Amino acid sequence: MNPTDLKYSKEHEWARVDGNTVVVGITQFAADQLGDVVYVDLPAAGTDIAQFGKFGEIESVKTVSDLFSPVGGKIIEVNDAVKDSPEKVNEDTYGNGWLLKIEITDSAQLDTLMDAAGYESLTAE
Amino acid sequence: MTITSAMNELDRRLLMDRSVSGRSAVTMPSSDVPEQPLPQESLLRDDLPLPEVSQLEVIRYFSLLSQLNFSIDTNFYPLGSCTMKYNPKINDAMASLPGFGSIHPNQPSEQVQGAVQLMYKLQESLGDLTGLPGVSLAPLAGAQGEYAGLLIARAFHASKGDSGRTVALIPDSAHGTNPASAAMAGLDVVTVPSDAQGNVDVNALQELADERTAVFMLTLPSTLGLFEPSILEITQIIHDAGGLVYADGANLNALLGMVKLGDLGFDICHSNLHKTFSTPHGGGGPGSGPVMVTEELSKFLPEPVAEKSGDIFTLAKPTNSVGKINGFHGSFGILVRAYTYIRAMGRDGLKAVAENAIINANYIQSQLKDRYDLAADRFCMHETVLSAARQKRRDVKGLDIAKRLLDHGIHAPTMYFPLIVEEALMVEPTETESKETLDRFIEVMRQIDDEVSEDPEAVRTAPHTLPVTRLDEATAARKPYLRWQG
Ligand SMILES: Cc1ncc(COP(=O)(O)O)c(C=O)c1O
Repeated sequence: MNPTDLKYSKEHEWARVDGNTVVVGITQFAADQLGDVVYVDLPAAGTDIAQFGKFGEIESVKTVSDLFSPVGGKIIEVNDAVKDSPEKVNEDTYGNGWLLKIEITDSAQLDTLMDAAGYESLTAE
Repeated sequence: MTITSAMNELDRRLLMDRSVSGRSAVTMPSSDVPEQPLPQESLLRDDLPLPEVSQLEVIRYFSLLSQLNFSIDTNFYPLGSCTMKYNPKINDAMASLPGFGSIHPNQPSEQVQGAVQLMYKLQESLGDLTGLPGVSLAPLAGAQGEYAGLLIARAFHASKGDSGRTVALIPDSAHGTNPASAAMAGLDVVTVPSDAQGNVDVNALQELADERTAVFMLTLPSTLGLFEPSILEITQIIHDAGGLVYADGANLNALLGMVKLGDLGFDICHSNLHKTFSTPHGGGGPGSGPVMVTEELSKFLPEPVAEKSGDIFTLAKPTNSVGKINGFHGSFGILVRAYTYIRAMGRDGLKAVAENAIINANYIQSQLKDRYDLAADRFCMHETVLSAARQKRRDVKGLDIAKRLLDHGIHAPTMYFPLIVEEALMVEPTETESKETLDRFIEVMRQIDDEVSEDPEAVRTAPHTLPVTRLDEATAARKPYLRWQG
């Protein structure tokens, strides 16, 4: 169920690599665990972020969780549509429910992330 | 007539919708003083949607709302971590005595000696029960008690010139107010993991405790309803690192008369009087969260602290006080109720409270563990944390089970807390419930589990018998209407 062209972090975020740019979102597993997402707090574009650094918060009817970036770099775009319609995260987290686009500083960081199979065995525990 | 059909006949109109132009709850006498021009007419608005209703309509409306409510006086209320015990009516009788109920917080202490004496006596009792003798009754809730306690920890380190201690260590099972209070007190929160048994991961704590540690906040029994077996080692680790240990006393009900937090090495704690000491809770009344500290830390307590010299009781400001944390002396009416409870129960009675709270929770746990997973399969203290993970595999969530309980006249347990337990349902029966009530709860929980297999839709769409059925909580939170929409 997790797209095989993505990389995954232990904190349940995904990363889609497109040249120097990495699109970031939360995994379907995370979205299901959270339940209905009602609010997403994202940083402004232009902010620098460290790998695994906290970049925002996501709130569901159940709980509030921190968001951690799977890669480090400069945030070049933020998905404003999710701020207005947080349900996009539940409905299409690997598509319209993306959160950030990051210009990656060091692509070697990607090697520290899991592939889909690795992530699936993490969530199967 | 069944309850359901009576409910259906309810007048569901909101107060605004009952408004009739020109109707009023009071008749004003005609003015017998000369008219004065209003200072600034532009300050006055005539577009405010205020209801125009008679007194009787106001009374009927709010009486109806009160009857639609779940409360401890009407329903079993096993809301974990909240200790929804019966609030004895004698508490209210004492708080309404004119000497307590008709005084003003600005009156000088000489005029209200009885009230100040009660504060002094309550400080003594709380200090004695927790083994932490320095007490301030000022905080207005558990969370404010935490905040006051953390300010005290900061003031203590500052008084030693130790400015590098900026970290609050907090377990991943903690209540959300713990990290929130620490952040408000200007501390950086570092999370301490739990081990597989639900205890603090002592090795991880050892690693994290260092010269930056200001305080370690621990809930005891933990939010999983478990006693922390390594508690003495834990307080030692923090003290060796130069930090202080804070007890979130939300679960003090399980410890009354059994063990004192001070004896375990805690330096600071709070108690939620609205939980452990049977004062009204939630919508029922204001909270109260006194903070208790060691002798050494008592000079930092928030003011006022009741003191006694000879036969005279005064309200004093401790020498290095962190200051006032609210306008007056705390929730005074609540203090009267808590003191009444302590005196009515006596020392042995309070110990029996803890014993029975623990027995009741374990009884429920033992009767439900074949149907529901446990957060930790061992004896619990005053509450048991069930998990609806098994039910979730049959496509029914913890939330649905909680809603279904409402159909049986039982208030929902605390859900999805602690965060480290999947589909958590935290059940705290308290000591004030009879075995019959516990048996009925157990039967209903088993019945709901059957239903999850046989008729899951009935659970997923519950409640069915209440005046308001399933609410769309997601839309309510995503698109809140914050004003009345005329
Ligand atoms: C474990 C725990 N800590 C702290 C608090 C906060 O107490 P209060 O609600 O009185 O601010 C609660 C309250 O529910 C709690 O359960």
